[in-house]
Amino acid sequence: MKQYLLSVHGTHGEPLPEPEAIQQMFADVEKVNEEIRSAGAWVFAGGLTDPSDATVVRVEAGRALTTDGPYAETKEQLGGFWIIKAENLDEALAWAEKATVACGAPVEVRPFQDEPEA
Amino acid sequence: MTDPDGVARVYRQEYGRCVATLVRVLRDIDLAEEAVQDAFATALERWPATGLPPNPGAWITTTARNRAIDRLRREAARDDKQAQAALLHQPDEPQEVGPVRDDQLRLIFTCCHPALAPAAQVALTLRLLGGLETPEIARAFLVPEATMAQRIVRAKRKIKDAGIPYRIPTEAELPRRLPPVLAVLYLVFNEGYAASSGPGLVRADLCAAAVRLTRELAGLMPDEPEVAGLLGLLLLTESRRPARTGPDGALVLLPDQDRSRWDRALVAEGQAIVRACLRRGRPGPYQLQAAIAAVHSDAPRAADTDWAQVLALYDQLLAVTPTAVVALNRAVAVAELHGPAAGLAEMDRLDLPGYHLFHAARADLLVRLGRTGEARAAYGRALELATNPAERDFLTGRLDRLGPGTGPAAPAR
Repeated sequence: MKQYLLSVHGTHGEPLPEPEAIQQMFADVEKVNEEIRSAGAWVFAGGLTDPSDATVVRVEAGRALTTDGPYAETKEQLGGFWIIKAENLDEALAWAEKATVACGAPVEVRPFQDEPEA
Repeated sequence: MTDPDGVARVYRQEYGRCVATLVRVLRDIDLAEEAVQDAFATALERWPATGLPPNPGAWITTTARNRAIDRLRREAARDDKQAQAALLHQPDEPQEVGPVRDDQLRLIFTCCHPALAPAAQVALTLRLLGGLETPEIARAFLVPEATMAQRIVRAKRKIKDAGIPYRIPTEAELPRRLPPVLAVLYLVFNEGYAASSGPGLVRADLCAAAVRLTRELAGLMPDEPEVAGLLGLLLLTESRRPARTGPDGALVLLPDQDRSRWDRALVAEGQAIVRACLRRGRPGPYQLQAAIAAVHSDAPRAADTDWAQVLALYDQLLAVTPTAVVALNRAVAVAELHGPAAGLAEMDRLDLPGYHLFHAARADLLVRLGRTGEARAAYGRALELATNPAERDFLTGRLDRLGPGTGPAAPAR
């Protein structure tokens, strides 16, 4: 089994959908979550708050430096993600398709590196 | 028959099949390729003395498998985890492993997986299934060899790291998974048929590879009419190749071709495929294009062409593939059936400013309408956009035939 990151990429600054639409989206996402769990593919998932809530920590000259985020000044920002287990990319893409339909935003699929053998 | 040329012929024919089987056995594309290349190196040493074995493909596959397993054993002894893992799947006794048809299908669908960029799909397909060397593929697509090598390495790494599976898509997945495969084969053929740059008009090796792979795919998927349609289209197009260039290498268009130079065997095969497709009654874009090519190949002279039939087929094609390029070709048929003014009216509704053939087709109709100044400008625009030297020569010839004019001059390029 491999693990994949399914990340949701939203466009920052776009007006929020109507509250009913957001409720519907939450319900749809929860349905997908249930499916992922019952298929035994679930590892973890979560939605993130606004990118402007982000804080960046980096080391400069041996000292930790904390600044207001987000790290990348781009319009497209990570809005949430799933980590799933799948036999192969086709399985992961099938989950990604359900995920993008549910959350209404593009989903990027990235494989995790294989875990080092014990 | 067992000279190095004989081995080279077997290589072209069997390489893809052998690699496909070895990928299944070893679960690793690089290992599979190395093993098959090792086996061919051995064949090159042995076959000149022993003669070709009765089934060269099975010989190569078995030799490659046994060598790969020997090597995995040696590496496993040195505590190589990956080699140990690969060995886990191998039975102990060496066995005859002939190429398996499903293996090739698996490899085609892996190479043309939609998670890979189209350029990478093309490169991998030609490399792994077509048995073309990386420098050959680089030359065909006019990119530096290092660029092509990197493209192939990256694609193979993505297959491994991202876990692109080695499997045949299910019936339900086919409508999405087959089109990229057909697109790759079509693109390889087209690049061979009208090389976008480089000296000659045609790169026969790419056309041959595309026809060979499509023929194999049609054999592997006999129930898919669009695969048959693509094969019919490629064969009928390929049949015209001998007539498509003059003695000096200049481009000769369909209406002006010496039809006695068409390859009759290819025409007959292509037409038979089109008839079989029609009987099935499940038309798709490739079958319709093949049917149009078949109508052209039915006409002994250009003047005998059944343009009403061509136009009816373009109407159908436009319905399933509503693109401006299809509409342009349809407009050409309209011009033949209802006159140049009607064709021009159709063309002028299209938005294809960057397509050299749009301007060339418009120019042809303007010439026929006696609107020479506008024709000259349109040929000039086509020349600015065309990259293939033979096509450029052709357009320059057309422009020269109009004589000097007061309209915009052709760009000095």
